[in-house]
Amino acid sequence: MAQASQAARRWNQRTIAPWLFLAPGLFMFGVYVLWPIIQSVTLSFYDWNGLYNQDGEFTGTFVGTRNYAELMTDPAFETSLWNNLKWLVLYMLALPIGLFIAIFLNQTVTGIRLYKSLFFFPFVISQVVVGLIFAWFYAPNFGLFYLLTESLTGKGTAILADPDLVTYGIIVAGLWPQIAYVMILYLTGLNNVAPDQIEAARLDGAKGWRMLWYVVLPQLRPATFIAVIVTVIGALRSFDLVSIMTTGGPFGSSRVLSYYMFEMALGEFGFRMGYGAAIAVVLFAIMMIFISGFIWKMWRDEKER
Amino acid sequence: MVHKLTGALTLGAALLLSTSAFAQDKRVVTWNADYDPIPLAAAEALIADFEAANPEIDVQLTNFDHEAYKNAIRNFLTADAPDLANWYAANRMRPFVEAGLFADISDVWANNGLMESLASSVPSSTIDGKQYAIPYTYYQWGIYYNRDAYAAAGVEVPGPEGVNWETFLANCEKFKAAGIDCVTTGSSALWPVAGIFDYVSLRTNGYQFHSDLAAGKISWTSPEARAVFENLGKLQPYVTENHAAIDWQDAAALFVQGKAANYVMGNFAVGVFKEGGMTNDNLGFMVFPEIAAGIARAEEAPTDTIHLTSGAKNPEDAKAFLAYMASPEAQSKWNTAVGQLPTNKNATVPADDPFLTAGFEALSTATGGIAQFWDRDADAEYAKAGMEGFQRFLVQPEALEEILTQLEATRTRLFPQ
Repeated sequence: MAQASQAARRWNQRTIAPWLFLAPGLFMFGVYVLWPIIQSVTLSFYDWNGLYNQDGEFTGTFVGTRNYAELMTDPAFETSLWNNLKWLVLYMLALPIGLFIAIFLNQTVTGIRLYKSLFFFPFVISQVVVGLIFAWFYAPNFGLFYLLTESLTGKGTAILADPDLVTYGIIVAGLWPQIAYVMILYLTGLNNVAPDQIEAARLDGAKGWRMLWYVVLPQLRPATFIAVIVTVIGALRSFDLVSIMTTGGPFGSSRVLSYYMFEMALGEFGFRMGYGAAIAVVLFAIMMIFISGFIWKMWRDEKER
Repeated sequence: MVHKLTGALTLGAALLLSTSAFAQDKRVVTWNADYDPIPLAAAEALIADFEAANPEIDVQLTNFDHEAYKNAIRNFLTADAPDLANWYAANRMRPFVEAGLFADISDVWANNGLMESLASSVPSSTIDGKQYAIPYTYYQWGIYYNRDAYAAAGVEVPGPEGVNWETFLANCEKFKAAGIDCVTTGSSALWPVAGIFDYVSLRTNGYQFHSDLAAGKISWTSPEARAVFENLGKLQPYVTENHAAIDWQDAAALFVQGKAANYVMGNFAVGVFKEGGMTNDNLGFMVFPEIAAGIARAEEAPTDTIHLTSGAKNPEDAKAFLAYMASPEAQSKWNTAVGQLPTNKNATVPADDPFLTAGFEALSTATGGIAQFWDRDADAEYAKAGMEGFQRFLVQPEALEEILTQLEATRTRLFPQ
């Protein structure tokens, strides 16, 4: 009898304790992650201008999937989607360039710490500052880039005024800090590369590219994995640079989904909360593809252990 | 979220109340505004005058940052409404009127004879036959020109009545030869191009057409709308290149330096031009050139307004203050201090400011009508789509068909036939 109750208590402890420890985290996750997701999805089925009436009642009307139907035919949404794709693909350039700089800096020379921190510098400064610097760099009439193209071709190119070039101009600005970030990830990764393997490879006559590809890179896989994840997420949430450098212009050609969502939901001519929420849901779905892949890989690694 | 906000606002209100504990025996009118320093000082002077005349009333103004106000008003109108709130006329106030957040003040208009003294602003203050706003100031748009640039290009300087369209375009050709931008603008924030489009539209087809176009009643592919773009296309080659990447202040720099001759702008820009070193001697103002002969001249003059909120705790005294803001005395005083135009036709304009007198003259003789500006005349979403189209046309005039098709698609979606 006594034994049985003791066992029951132990069972209780074993089942309840983990949940007790998880509770604060779960609570936070529920309130700040799950609940907003549910709310956004719900809101995306409404047409609402963000106003409550005088009695504090919600003034939106339920429109079903009409917001999504409208997205399908919205040319601005299409532009944003394409631009997001450009961001995703071109942002990946941060990986090889970051790796190259990391390998270049991974040597013992006097003052290397200073060079490392100088290369890391763009990641430390705010994206807003990065945006401003590049906006001036590209500025017509007085920007360095404009004057450079003017002296080379006789006619200055104002990147931010050109609908075909503007997105690439912003991506270059975004790559600057992103390369620094990837570089620091690879630098820490390079610290953990086993010297005996390098030594062995060298004895076997491996050099240059083959050494990099078959010996160093496989050992950098964890760093590459993290670098891919942060670069994908960085590309998808590219909001600040667009907002600072062009506010989505000229005539909306540099919009990305996150900025279009802001414009529709909270911009001066927007306040279409439901439509903005629908864009957010689409962006969330796209991010989910990458996030699920990330979680799946982590799950697999944990199980293997 | 609403509750948290209420809490924050209640705390703010409590702090405000504690500072005005001396005025406990007075009846309080609260007023939320978004003034820059000069207009704020002018508004405080008006409050002082009003309180001197009505010692039993205490007007408490809470000033917000201009940009933050646009979001704040959406919260405070429901969470903790002041008695009075600043906003804008025409379509910009429509969402608040339709949500029942701005109160009907037709009685203030009727009891104070405002229908007559504020006649030019009746349409922009009225929704469904009722008045919801007290317009207290507006400012003219037109062409500001740099006399030095005219001299440098050897072009005859126009008078205040302006030139006609052919002469204007011919002048542009001369400016181009001299390496000067004929018309400058900086459209990275979109709205400056709407000024140019509005004027070309008003001059090509007149006020009624333009107003219907902004209301979504007219097809973008109609011959009249095409005519507007055709005229805009004649101006397009002479507009500052790369305007889409610069702010209107950057274009003002080009204008001040004499690299551009004309600037289609609102009167608020005069302060910027003068800060840049221009004086009444080399800065000129003229109305936008006449394009189609025989069309009554219409002008653009965006109006700022004050509204009574539906949640007002002291509507009676707030209405007394609104009546005061509509009066010629208050409007003369505020607008003289700020350098804008009063909407009350009995108010006075300072005679020593050539731009205000020219603007007052231009607006009071505008028999065609007074437009508010594209982004206030048109529904918000429609306005944005339109401005993007205008900007695109000024960058890629060859994409006209695509622009018109897109605008037409937006129109049929927003205004189902």
